[in-house]
Amino acid sequence: PDAMTASAEPAAKPQKDAMVVSTQSETAIPDIRTEGGHFGIGRAALPEEVAAWDLDVSPDGTGLPVGSGSVEDGEMLFSDNCAVCHGEFAEGVDNWPELAGGDGTLADEDPVKTVGSYWPYLSTAWDYVHRSMPYGNAQSLSNDDVYAIVAYILYSNYLVEDDFVLSNENFLEVEMPNAEGFIVDDRAETEYTKWRTEPCMTACKESVEITMRASVLDVTPEEEGGEATEEVTQAAATTEEPAAEPAAEPVEEAKAEEPAVQEASAPAADPALIADGEKVFRKCRACHEVGAGAKNKSGPQLNGVIGRTMGAVEDFRYSKGFEAAHDEGRIWDAASMAEFLAKPKDFMKGTKMSFAGLKKDADLEAIIAYLSSVGE
Amino acid sequence: TADPLITEIQPWAQAFGEGVDATPYGLPIDFESDVIRRNVPWLTADATSSINFTPIHALDGTITPQGCAFERHHSGAIELRKQDYRLMINGLVDQPLVFTYEDLERFPRENHVYFCECAANTGMEWAGAQLNGAQFTHGMIHNMEYSGIPLRTLLEEAGLGAAGDLEDKWVYVEGADASSNGRSIPMAKALDDVLVAFKANGEALRKEHGYPVRLVVPGWEGNMWVKWLRRIEVTNQAVESREETSKYTDVLEDGTARKWTWVMDAKSVVTSPSPQSPITHGKGPLVITGLAWSGHGAITRVDVSKDGGKTWETARLAKPGEKMALTRFYLDTEWDGEDMLLQSRAMDETGYVQPTKAQLRDVRGLNSIYHNNCIQTWHVKPSGEAENVEVS
Repeated sequence: PDAMTASAEPAAKPQKDAMVVSTQSETAIPDIRTEGGHFGIGRAALPEEVAAWDLDVSPDGTGLPVGSGSVEDGEMLFSDNCAVCHGEFAEGVDNWPELAGGDGTLADEDPVKTVGSYWPYLSTAWDYVHRSMPYGNAQSLSNDDVYAIVAYILYSNYLVEDDFVLSNENFLEVEMPNAEGFIVDDRAETEYTKWRTEPCMTACKESVEITMRASVLDVTPEEEGGEATEEVTQAAATTEEPAAEPAAEPVEEAKAEEPAVQEASAPAADPALIADGEKVFRKCRACHEVGAGAKNKSGPQLNGVIGRTMGAVEDFRYSKGFEAAHDEGRIWDAASMAEFLAKPKDFMKGTKMSFAGLKKDADLEAIIAYLSSVGE
Repeated sequence: TADPLITEIQPWAQAFGEGVDATPYGLPIDFESDVIRRNVPWLTADATSSINFTPIHALDGTITPQGCAFERHHSGAIELRKQDYRLMINGLVDQPLVFTYEDLERFPRENHVYFCECAANTGMEWAGAQLNGAQFTHGMIHNMEYSGIPLRTLLEEAGLGAAGDLEDKWVYVEGADASSNGRSIPMAKALDDVLVAFKANGEALRKEHGYPVRLVVPGWEGNMWVKWLRRIEVTNQAVESREETSKYTDVLEDGTARKWTWVMDAKSVVTSPSPQSPITHGKGPLVITGLAWSGHGAITRVDVSKDGGKTWETARLAKPGEKMALTRFYLDTEWDGEDMLLQSRAMDETGYVQPTKAQLRDVRGLNSIYHNNCIQTWHVKPSGEAENVEVS
């Protein structure tokens, strides 16, 4: 959205008078700028550099690229890329955001704020999906994929029909139900005028009763000795395999960062299956590292996990269930791992891993082959 | 009886301690290992998009050590080397520019102490007393001395002639991490006191606070203090990105929501005694202390009540308040061992008086989540223990 070129006109210096000037500097800084008002530091940004980073989209459509996507395609893309956190119907999994529903709840006790019920501009949804999603694999979707996913989110909010195709052409025609639901900060009128008064110092009220105690709810985390009490919840990664035409760059980059996977001793390892498993593992990478120097993230590092005692990674704070499994000496083998990854919460009640599970047997087989190939 | 710690020769008085360089970059002594950031696991779905809390109950003075200053990430704390760092200015400027980290160090820089408070600080207390500790109720705040370049300097380097009338222009700022957190800032604020900072408390920013470069937006909600700052775009409208529409907007009782509620209003809290910092010495001299701050300017006065707001006495400010920075207050008093309902009430240079929860609820209802700057009450019991309570 910016077509500015070097201007012969120096940036006039009216701003200091026009705008509020801060009282920042106690001591004046000698101005070593040239007559044009510049230090001459930095270099011109190239158009392709600006294009690479200037991705934001504004409510009036500024910044929106040409493209389109259907609800139908969006449903599949959403299932592959988004559903692990947001649910197949955009209803949200665990603590992850729900994207649909909540219509008419904003004045209720607990408003449900979704794209449909709350978001004032469709541009926000497109921009956010495009720049920041899927979680843990940002900017891996093509523009058309983003149109399709946003179309599906609209559909899941009953805002468009199932044959709808969203494009840059019809983008501004979509009506967002809560578009008029926002007012600009009015505290100056509604609050400050009331509260800028001389406060009471004595006999300010007749009696004081305790009306509520924090101990009743009892939701404060316990402080255990001097240890960090950080109880990380394991994330459900949304890093599904990118759709048909992946924006290859980010994925490749991520791979370059990833330490080389060591071949395991397993004799009959099928390289193709392991390669498939590595792709499936993208779902896990937001929380789990493998390879040389792998560290614990919100999940434990997984080097040599197959054959390892459950709950055995040092410095990782496991759930009580895995602590018990560790004490019992239970071992991760292909069967137990397959069972766990199919339905984590069924396998281990109370596990911190919020991942919903792998649905396809082929994915399970592949990821276990991959994890088996990752040595200590 | 004589104290053996005095009458007997102690090991530390006889043998060697650690040599220099035992810890080339120092850590707190083991005995202080409880002074750490903590999180509330049920608040968020995972730790990469989450927040933790500064142990304000255990600190004194006003400067927050970086190592225990609260963290808030939307996609995890990334590791971005100075060599790989680029800052772009584009949009309605005369010449779009790219700076390296080294470039930034060549601009004249300033030093300022400012607080950074998450808009959600105390947000869990809207509906009632919930979390038992100043760290959890008020710990989404830190206060550091920043070294950096006025954003105005960088905007002028790119030239604002192309922007025309600046009154209705905006600056969109964006981070380099995968969340691509971006916020729209009105040009007037951008040209006023916003800093592009690379040092905090004298040392490089920590990874979790946006190393190597973050934005400092004095007095305004923490979400706008974009970390790993990579792009500054001059625009003719607010981008209305996710963090300024679906989040960081305040739902009122009738379901409409306030947007662009950037300023953090005057607020204070007693940090000790408090639930995590009980009185252990029994009756007699007692130091009541806490923090006060305001996004409108300097704190001018803090009052403390021991009886839930019936009567108030004015506390002593450790130093005169500074604009948009934490102010430490003390009430040096005598405790008779009886129950106390401790409160503090901040006033700033605009005459704003910190409101009660009831006053806030009257205007906003219960669903705002953000910008809860109510007066906090701790019930201090004869045992010296304290609890987070609400009072009539």
